[in-house]
Amino acid sequence: MLRIKNINTYYGKLHALKNISLHVGAGEIVALIGANGAGKTTILNTISAVTPPSNGEIHFEGSAIHNLSPDVIVRRGISQVPEGRQIFKPLSVEDNLELGAYLRYRSHEKRKEIQQDKETVYVLFPQLLERRAQLAGTLSGGEQQMLAIGRALMAKPKLLLLDEPAMGLAPMLVQEIFRVIEELRSRRGTSVLLVEQNARVALKVADRGYVLETGKVILEETASELLANKDVQRAYLGKDKKEIWER
Amino acid sequence: MDLSEDILQYILSGLSTGAIYAVIGLGFAIIYNSTSIINFAQGEFVMLGGMLTLFFHVTLFLSLPFSIFLAVLVATAVGALFERLAISPLKNADPLILVIITIGGSILIRGIAMLLWGKDTYVLPMFSGDEPIVLWGATLMPQNFWIFGITLIIIVANRLFFHHSIIGKAMRACSFNRVASSLVGINVKHTVLFSFAISSALGAAAGIIIAPLTMTSYDVGIMLGLKGFCAAIIGGMSGGIGTVAGGLIVGVLESLGAGLISSGYKDAIAFIILLLILFLRPQGLFVKGDTERV
Repeated sequence: MLRIKNINTYYGKLHALKNISLHVGAGEIVALIGANGAGKTTILNTISAVTPPSNGEIHFEGSAIHNLSPDVIVRRGISQVPEGRQIFKPLSVEDNLELGAYLRYRSHEKRKEIQQDKETVYVLFPQLLERRAQLAGTLSGGEQQMLAIGRALMAKPKLLLLDEPAMGLAPMLVQEIFRVIEELRSRRGTSVLLVEQNARVALKVADRGYVLETGKVILEETASELLANKDVQRAYLGKDKKEIWER
Repeated sequence: MDLSEDILQYILSGLSTGAIYAVIGLGFAIIYNSTSIINFAQGEFVMLGGMLTLFFHVTLFLSLPFSIFLAVLVATAVGALFERLAISPLKNADPLILVIITIGGSILIRGIAMLLWGKDTYVLPMFSGDEPIVLWGATLMPQNFWIFGITLIIIVANRLFFHHSIIGKAMRACSFNRVASSLVGINVKHTVLFSFAISSALGAAAGIIIAPLTMTSYDVGIMLGLKGFCAAIIGGMSGGIGTVAGGLIVGVLESLGAGLISSGYKDAIAFIILLLILFLRPQGLFVKGDTERV
């Protein structure tokens, strides 16, 4: 479905992504794990064309998308839930969801269908329904995350890019968010590319995972293999750490 | 005529010019919010509104309503063209550079207007007669009521557009967070172009409705533009009621100052207000401190 071949992305002189190749199959949940600054967010932003790659290819459903602008990428069916949620705080919850469907409004899709999808988001996240008229900036962190996911879903994406959905959330909320991600996959067949610092939670829902280090993919395995991998456990799951004198 | 009637007269005519400043100020705010630049060419669209209406009506003998319509249309097109030619090619340029470009643009537009229409001052006919109307001892022209009415319509339409249409909401989203806006599929370049078009149209409309009262020439845009800027600064660059209030405050104080102190200080008053606001409350009079939840 999504196929990335040898992309390189630079921030000025900084070589942020070095020959990254990866793929996401239809209906698959793929996790990208790695430390801060490994390039996880950059991969998502490169796919979304916020930071276009300087070379390499990105194909989505068989056609090249690496030369398109961000709005066209959304039109093709890839939506991103950005790091730090980035909801439109001065606008109401309802307006945020409607803007998620911006392209559908612009292509004159039936209002009724958009309205129905809005109701679906409210079913997924009942807290948002209670707060639909409130300004988005007044929501709690967890609710803002739900809104950011809801907003992305309003575009009816085939592939959802999620950047650190668990960041700063209480464990209960993290579970709630990941429950929704799994539900999306099983109900709608939405593919998910998930970036997460919390590798344990991410690998629990994911089918496959990539481990990134300083802009390079160093490991690609199924999620269960990664969870069992000694190096991954030590580096990203906080298990089995041994001090030098213990070895 | 006693003093209270005088003061009423000053306030009413101040509100009328203030309404004009408010509309021009909204134009400043709309562009500032979508690009974070101050478009100092805004005043030239005010001038273009008046001069183009005059051109279509007096030179080409078209009817006044149709001339007004064409003038707004042409000014809007000039605004959009200005964005395409001067602002949009400079991707990622520093806002300061773009602000200087708008100053250059304003000099260019003013220069072309001077070549086309000369340095004379012209009068646009009143929209509906020049029989003064006496109101509690103050006299108003019918044109003042046109100004109040049209300004009110513009303010309401502006509010409806930005709060109830999906494109308006998208423009507000863009002004808050461009990256997030492009991630939901909003084409940021289009919204910038659109904001230039809207604010040129607003400027032109303001220039047209005030031209019958104050006359028009190739250089009226400088002062009117700066007063509109003043309104927008008082309103904290909000695209809403703050800027409208700002315009009315400038208009009324200016008119009171001119009437009670000396008409020579009319313009000085607006700029004293501008400087005071910039020194003391640069965030605008009505903006509360921001609290943010993370």
